[in-house]
Amino acid sequence: METLELLAREAQQAIEQAQDLAALDQVRVEYLGKKGRLTDLLKGLGKLSAEERPAAGAKINEVKEQLQSQINRHRTDLENADLEARLASEALDVTLPGRGEDSGGLHLITHTMERIESFFSRVGYSVEEGPEIEDDYHNFEALNIPSHHPARAMHDTFYVTENTVLRTHTSPVQIRTMKTQEPPIRIICPGRVYRCDSDLTHTPMFHQVEGLVVDRDVSMADLRGTIDQFLKAFFEADLPVRFRPSYFPFTEPSAEVDIQCTNCRGAGCRICKNTGWLEVMGCGMVHPNVFGHCGIDAEKYSGFAFGMGVERLAMLRYGVNDLRLFFDNEIQFLKQF
Amino acid sequence: MKFSESWLREWVSPSIDTAELVAQLTMAGLEVDAVDAVAPAFDGVVVGEIGAVDPHPNADKLRVCQVTGAAGETVQVVCGAPNARQGLKVPFATVGATLPGDMKIRKAKLRDVESFGMLCGQDEIGLGGDGSGLWELPSDAPAGADLRDYLSLNDQLIEVDLTPNRGDCLSIRGLAREVGVLNTVAVAGPSLDPVSATVDDHLPVVLDASAACPRYVGRVIRGVNLAAPSPLWLQEKLRRSGIRSIDPVVDVTNYVMLELGQPMHAFDLATLDGGIRVRMAEQGESLELLDGSKATLNDDTLVIADHQKPLAIAGIMGGKLSAVTADTRDIFLESAYFDPLAIAGRPRNYGLHTDSSHRFERGVDWQLQSLAIERATALLQNIVGGQAGPVTVAESEAHLPRSGEVRLTRRKLQQQLSLSLDAGLVSGMLQRLGLEILAEDEDGWRCRVPSWRFDIAIEVDLIEEVARIYGYNRLPTATISASLPIEVCRETRTGLSLLRQQLVARGYREAITYCFVDPDVQKHLLPDIEGVALANPIASDMSVMRTTLWSGLLPAVRRNLNRQQSRVRIFESGLSFMPEAGGVKQESMIAGAVTGTRLPERWSNPRDLVDFFDIKSDVEALLKQNHVFDQYRFVPAAHPALHPGQCAAIERNGEPVGYIGLLHPRVQKLLDISQPVYVFELALGAVVEGELPAFRGVSRFPEVRRDLAVIVDRDLSASTLCETIREAAGCYLVDLKIFDVYQGKGVEINRKSIAVGLTFRESSRTLTEEEITVAVDQVVSAIKEQHSASLRG
Repeated sequence: METLELLAREAQQAIEQAQDLAALDQVRVEYLGKKGRLTDLLKGLGKLSAEERPAAGAKINEVKEQLQSQINRHRTDLENADLEARLASEALDVTLPGRGEDSGGLHLITHTMERIESFFSRVGYSVEEGPEIEDDYHNFEALNIPSHHPARAMHDTFYVTENTVLRTHTSPVQIRTMKTQEPPIRIICPGRVYRCDSDLTHTPMFHQVEGLVVDRDVSMADLRGTIDQFLKAFFEADLPVRFRPSYFPFTEPSAEVDIQCTNCRGAGCRICKNTGWLEVMGCGMVHPNVFGHCGIDAEKYSGFAFGMGVERLAMLRYGVNDLRLFFDNEIQFLKQF
Repeated sequence: MKFSESWLREWVSPSIDTAELVAQLTMAGLEVDAVDAVAPAFDGVVVGEIGAVDPHPNADKLRVCQVTGAAGETVQVVCGAPNARQGLKVPFATVGATLPGDMKIRKAKLRDVESFGMLCGQDEIGLGGDGSGLWELPSDAPAGADLRDYLSLNDQLIEVDLTPNRGDCLSIRGLAREVGVLNTVAVAGPSLDPVSATVDDHLPVVLDASAACPRYVGRVIRGVNLAAPSPLWLQEKLRRSGIRSIDPVVDVTNYVMLELGQPMHAFDLATLDGGIRVRMAEQGESLELLDGSKATLNDDTLVIADHQKPLAIAGIMGGKLSAVTADTRDIFLESAYFDPLAIAGRPRNYGLHTDSSHRFERGVDWQLQSLAIERATALLQNIVGGQAGPVTVAESEAHLPRSGEVRLTRRKLQQQLSLSLDAGLVSGMLQRLGLEILAEDEDGWRCRVPSWRFDIAIEVDLIEEVARIYGYNRLPTATISASLPIEVCRETRTGLSLLRQQLVARGYREAITYCFVDPDVQKHLLPDIEGVALANPIASDMSVMRTTLWSGLLPAVRRNLNRQQSRVRIFESGLSFMPEAGGVKQESMIAGAVTGTRLPERWSNPRDLVDFFDIKSDVEALLKQNHVFDQYRFVPAAHPALHPGQCAAIERNGEPVGYIGLLHPRVQKLLDISQPVYVFELALGAVVEGELPAFRGVSRFPEVRRDLAVIVDRDLSASTLCETIREAAGCYLVDLKIFDVYQGKGVEINRKSIAVGLTFRESSRTLTEEEITVAVDQVVSAIKEQHSASLRG
């Protein structure tokens, strides 16, 4: 029996010293395998008497089980250590940037126009578009700007032929819509417009969003509320908004809309020319002559229209300081938005 | 319209300060553009009278003057101005004075002679002038008086940017009327009493074009003396309105125009032949104008003529020949009413825009002519003397404007403003605006429009007036309420926004380029199409409308490449303008341009350059949005701007919808682009309409895949091969992939190897080995037969 104890001690040591799974397996085979030394001891039981045999057998089996469980434990330890080592070796620098394409981006003007559209489409306006080479009738005549009207000088028109122009505003879309739809009409018309003017604060092409509401009993109060709510939503600020009497041939009464200067909060600065206010939109009640051109009964319906320059609003919202950047299309600019 | 506050306040002076006045004008629709001090800040300058003038002992150009200034004290001043002479009154900056630019005047010694102050030119106190010498003040200027008080320099220049409808405010009188209404204060101008005739001379006036000129008022004034300049007060008033002093006659006509709003003209009577005829010009008639230019007249132009020749373009500019000069002794004054439509547009046609035409185009008070001529006569007689003849009035009653009548109903007023205004308040506003109330009752008002308001014709015009005077910002605001039915929105129409998002997700940045492009760029892209040209382009490289979006995108690519961006992926959506019979086809397009590496430069990304199939996959992503991808074909094609071997026309059901390809190396070079660029362009209308995706069931039975590597002729297109395979494979084929294409070693020179993966499946059962073998055999024999394909080892 001393042999058994010796053997057990020896095996325990061997298990403990096994450095890897292969060495451990070798130990297992050496002691517990078919030809293992503990197995040999079991085979030697036959030499014992029938009385001694059960007790001796039980003892050997006990040792065998102990060794087996010790091997299992050690194997788990070794496996865990192996996994740890592998995981350690697989560690990455997770701060490195990801693989593949980056996403691009929309032009700031498109983004701004889509944002404007969303404010209005959420409350039931639909989006209408029109041609950019427009005829004199839709761009001027139907908007109560007959030829020789001094207001034409306000427009710096690009002519294609004597009777076709690059539209100077998105207002022709009003006409096209009113001629084909019955009130109630609630539309906005985003798009490119053109004026023959190019300097620090003018580009010969720019963008407008026009709005038109025609229904029974539409009033200036509705117009003021709409513009006021829109501007506060656009700038996400409780900005003071004021309406100044102005003149557009296609609206009467007409107004320019100013917001408190977003730069100086009304204190007066270079951007607002020390007035504390920034002109952002024009608007007014649809002129009866315009209704007349479109076959809408001005006694039955009234309406308002407004128009805004998208570049201007985008510049104020995002602090862009040079209008011309919008059309230079330099990646350095485009990727900022 | 530029004017000085003090002039306005001679007419109307509410007790508000400049800032408040300016704010009030702006908020009444007369937008103030600028407010500037009449004179820069300076003090200690008085009217000085030069006494004895002695030569300077040590300098030829300097003189020593005895100057009497403040408090009658006489001091010695050294002066270098050539016009310093005894008896002259000049601005005198005394010791302790501060001149513009914070220049302090101290006691000084000039070449050993003491000097106590400085005599000034007009420029030295910031009031203009040409720097030629001392400013010679009128001889009656009181010596010792503070110059700022004497010249009323504590005054503001106010510039209002008037909208074209407010021609009535192009005068002090008009502005004063507005200020009177806004402040409910009285307005009083100078007396405009008639000047009685002292001679009988007159000139007959005939109105040959009485619709264009229904009233012409004239007057002869004999024996004027133009030797003296205009008095200082007159020069100053003109200067403060931005008008240069010319001579007393011109100055007076300009003054009356500024004061009352009536443009006037004065002729040298000696140059007039017979009498005045107001007529339309003869086509081609020529006239030398005051500014020295020569106009060739059109027959739509009204002229003032005598019996021999045209004298002036009516309401726009006078002629040189009949102009008043220093030698003029007798003049003929004109004060006329021209129909705005007879003037409108003509100034632009002749490239002439004058203070006069500006007013006539907008409408001059048609009751003002006689008043103005009396005012001018009175002023002239005071300044240049002369004997006035009787006023000649030629008019055509039938053609004169009529005082319009406008009705304003309370109902409409209340509806438009959402406000019920006190009737008395409204009446008061209307009356102060000059409207004569003809009748007032429960329903509203009937008013006569004053002769100066060309912008009031219908009810809403009056509503605007009431709203304006009441104050736009005092009006109520409301939130629109409306019925909000849910509208149909076609799901099969892919929005532009979704397409943009696809490209953005694929690394494209959106560009917005001008729709007018450089014809030199465009001719390389679509040489056979003459783009729509602008009649008045802003520059020659922005003179033609784009026929393809590439005309704007490619220069944008070039610009970025030149700015060290070697990888560019941009797209744009917008109209292209294709000339077509009888007009222009304005079509919405979406286009892109890509150059540089396939992926952004990064440690983990390969450095491969982008190629045709990269951009094709971007286009395919767009075409897949509307679930009809199998309707599209990429067909090898030729395009003048694209590489002949890397160009495809994109067709939908056989109709062309766009192009994709590599920019032709020759075009690339012509456009001065430093590296290859891939481009695409699609007609938006052809790609947005799609179909609803149709459910086809989900099979729970296994699919079977068979791969074939076939060798075919190099020229055989993959799409042709795939069509043959699909046709032959039968209905169990659910997917067909090309997973390898190989040319080179091991494959004959004119052949290529294409490896395809065929996936078979049936939705209701597992396919048998035999069924699949039959299908594959059919495919093999079809491609052998139709494309002389062979199977690869």
